[in-house]
Amino acid sequence: MTDTEKQTDTSSIELLSFRVGGQDYSVDIMSVREIRGAAKATSLPHAPPFVKGVINLRGTVLPILDLSARLGLKTGDDTERNVIIVVDIGGRTAGLMVDAVSDILAIPTEEMQAPPDLAADHAQTFVSSLTIVDGRMIRILDLDAVMPPQGEEAA
Amino acid sequence: MSDPMAEIRASFFIECEELLESLQDGLNLMDNGDSDSETINVVFRAVHSIKGGAGAFGLDDLVHFAHRFETAMDEVRAGRFVPDTEAIRVFFSCADLLGDLIRAARDGHVIPPEKTSPILDLLDKLVGCEEEEDEEELEFTPAALSFDLGDTAGLPDIPGLPSLEGVPDLAETDLDSDPKLVAAKGFDITFKPETALYTSGNEPLYLLRALRDLGDLEVECLTSQIPALDALDPDLGHLSWKLRIITEEPIESVREVFEFVDGLCTLDITPLATPVDFSAPDDDGPSIADLPNEFNTPTSPSEVPAPDNSAVSTTEPGEPNKEITKESPKQTTAKETPKPASNKASSAPTQPRATVRVDLERIDRLVNLVGELVINQAMLSQSVTEAGIAPNSPVSTGLEEFLQLTRDIQESVMMIRAQPIKSLFQRMGRIVRESSSSVGKEVRLHTAGENTEVDKTVIERLADPLTHMIRNAVDHGLETPEKREAAGKPREGRVTMTAQHRSGRILIEIADDGAGINRERVREKAIEKGLITAEMQLNDADIDGLLFMPGFSTASEISNLSGRGVGMDVVKSSIQSLGGRITITSVEGEGTTFSISLPLTLAVLDGMVVRVGGETLVVPLNAILETLTLTDDDLKALGPETHVVQIRGGFIPLLDLGAELGYRPPQDSYVGGIVLLIGQEDGNRAALAVDAIEDQRQVVIKGLEGSYGRVPGIAAATILGDGQIALILDPTDLVSQASGKTKKRNLPVQLAG
Amino acid sequence: MSLEVLAVDDSRTMRDMLNLALSSAGFTTHLAEDGIHGLEVLEGIEPDVIITDINMPRMDGFGFMDAVRSEDKWSRIPILVLTTESADELKSKARAAGATGWIVKPFDPTKLVKALQMVAG
Repeated sequence: MTDTEKQTDTSSIELLSFRVGGQDYSVDIMSVREIRGAAKATSLPHAPPFVKGVINLRGTVLPILDLSARLGLKTGDDTERNVIIVVDIGGRTAGLMVDAVSDILAIPTEEMQAPPDLAADHAQTFVSSLTIVDGRMIRILDLDAVMPPQGEEAA
Repeated sequence: MSDPMAEIRASFFIECEELLESLQDGLNLMDNGDSDSETINVVFRAVHSIKGGAGAFGLDDLVHFAHRFETAMDEVRAGRFVPDTEAIRVFFSCADLLGDLIRAARDGHVIPPEKTSPILDLLDKLVGCEEEEDEEELEFTPAALSFDLGDTAGLPDIPGLPSLEGVPDLAETDLDSDPKLVAAKGFDITFKPETALYTSGNEPLYLLRALRDLGDLEVECLTSQIPALDALDPDLGHLSWKLRIITEEPIESVREVFEFVDGLCTLDITPLATPVDFSAPDDDGPSIADLPNEFNTPTSPSEVPAPDNSAVSTTEPGEPNKEITKESPKQTTAKETPKPASNKASSAPTQPRATVRVDLERIDRLVNLVGELVINQAMLSQSVTEAGIAPNSPVSTGLEEFLQLTRDIQESVMMIRAQPIKSLFQRMGRIVRESSSSVGKEVRLHTAGENTEVDKTVIERLADPLTHMIRNAVDHGLETPEKREAAGKPREGRVTMTAQHRSGRILIEIADDGAGINRERVREKAIEKGLITAEMQLNDADIDGLLFMPGFSTASEISNLSGRGVGMDVVKSSIQSLGGRITITSVEGEGTTFSISLPLTLAVLDGMVVRVGGETLVVPLNAILETLTLTDDDLKALGPETHVVQIRGGFIPLLDLGAELGYRPPQDSYVGGIVLLIGQEDGNRAALAVDAIEDQRQVVIKGLEGSYGRVPGIAAATILGDGQIALILDPTDLVSQASGKTKKRNLPVQLAG
Repeated sequence: MSLEVLAVDDSRTMRDMLNLALSSAGFTTHLAEDGIHGLEVLEGIEPDVIITDINMPRMDGFGFMDAVRSEDKWSRIPILVLTTESADELKSKARAAGATGWIVKPFDPTKLVKALQMVAG
């Protein structure tokens, strides 16, 4: 994934940080295509609860994931005020619904650390690394883990 | 503008694919006993052309391989080798490898010689021609073309009759007055054209000009042999020339000028002695003490002596006139006159049609734009309707025409993308050959309908599933030759691939004449794998359907062929992702047939827009037999949770679309509700209850797989006039997985993941 | 001097390359896909020189040259044969069919132009 490449290529990594379910998360800014306001999604039958549906992003079908639901956090009620971060994940594009976008941070690679192995924490599997900024812990999201598996596309 | 050579190179690889196709076709014909010389020639020509182009681009590996293949095919062409089935099998392998080499060259890969040499050795042994090691050095420099026209530009253009007057012009440099001469090197040349030189289209004037480009040229025309006018045969050459060229060029350069007329003239080239510069005598040249002015050196033994024309004498100078008609010896060999030939050509069915090659990206862009146009048109129609404009107003009728045009454009654009399925079938031929030889079975592939046109994307995305199915047919479908013989069948198994258009869809069938599905075995296996319970009652079709269950594999041991961790479940989902369906029919002892039904295009669809559970959905129009409003009489309860609809004496299961998709629980009553009567490929029908029918329109298909993944019961998505996304239903998939619950809330059970 | 050239070859790649080489040299180029097509094209033009491949469908290079040479108005047009072989046998065969000269494929554009100048000015 690009995350690891970026980390070896450069001495620092730029992150887009945002709040979701009351926690601070971030993604590699290289994965971010755009940020846009929420729109009414067309729901998908039989989809997992964290899949809000699909929206029309300039002619393409964009799946929207409710990130707080995906991470098992408290779901915000007021979805109208939400923000969608459009990200590229392994060749696919998806929109992540978050509470608010906070900042863009440049974090030196050496300040990133692997998350401690806490198998009990469900959200654990979605975090690829951690860092501290101004005393706050920033979780760097493992985008590959966030997307629902696409088993049938293997061929 | 990009590099023209790079463009030609890219187009070369496209041409190669076409040539490979002809090659395959030709080999197939040969395999079926066609020994027509033109068939063999087509095969030869394909290999030859690939070699020719490859040489131009310095693709040495490809040239090398193609050369040896070509040599073998030349033996066949010349009738020195008559190929048997075994030999043709080797030819097929060569063609396959040739394809590999082409693609490797295109993609900058290298295929190690270990891969190619065994088959080449086999080829050589078979055909019995040894490889000549002294292959010509094939090199090519795509150098920028530059040719200094300065010298020739000043020459008078002499049309028709390049007479003597033109020649003295060449002697611009006065030999005697040129001081360079003293120390110069050069050659004395005597040049006496024979008649054949003129009849072959050669022209001494041009040769002299070319010579002049090498250095300073002095020309003396010898007219002594021109016969008297009354004895003059204007078709014969009577002139000869004495030339002296002062040049630094080697003798080879001079010989090169006369290359084309070698044998058509008396030619003698003698190096000039270096008269002044004694310190630097010609080192390697034969230092014959030729006098510089001695033009009448005897012809060298290697030169063909000219026929003696001295008996003829005339006073008229000149060479054969272009206007003069005459019988040349060459004409007696003419078999065909141009006139009838060209007449024939105009009616010839094989007349190549003018084509334009277009980057696929451009077409895709066009397809997308037309798609947007369709959406736009829909939005405009919607606005017009909402504005309350009368249907017979100019705006509405104009819009109607716009709609028609949009559809026509769309259709035309789709046709650009369509291409014969043949290339895919040919690839499958290779799969059959390779897989049958690796499992030791004798298999012949029969194809039909290979000119059926299918959307290019469909063709590309069918390659993997078809490959898998073909491997399956060879590996599991067909018996070993021994078993076949024991069953009274020919040793050679048969795999048949057909393609045809049927009612707006494409039907592809892959059939084998093997043992058929061993249903008892399949059932056992499914129980073993926990896919079904031993108590479950399954009919034949149900059992066949188990083959498509994830994780199912009938082979007792995973063979190295089809067992690559991919099962028929993947095949099924690939087909479904193309909006297609796959079904199996199998007769024990007689074989198995897989039928794939695909939409003609992936891009557009005529659909009915319906509302259900607050969502908008599109149902493909070709699946809808009719729509009706249910009355109390139509609706019959069946069991505690389900209903059937009685239509013209038949009973059809009622499905609540909203409930099946999980949008809402089943309704309390369906009386007065609208149902869509869905017809399926297998002839089964179902009634889909919807809340309302909104519209009927063409929609642009937007795939979901690429962005999200497969959704059960849903084929794809589209964007409606209001910009919202609507899902496109896959009725067959929906019905096959339906719970059928129309009485109380119950989440639909998902069969496949 | 700018020449008008008819190039006949069934390989599209070869036609493309000939076209590039000839056009770059400032020549007017006509292309045909085989002998019969070549004769059709020839009906409408007056080329200074013809280049033709040998092995082609419908009508090969020999047939084409025969046809060209047997027509009075074309019999003097120089014809260069494109060949991958430099075998003498092929050359003599080409010459017997009325070829003026030959070009060995793959050709060097500079040499091609030179050869054309040699036979057609």
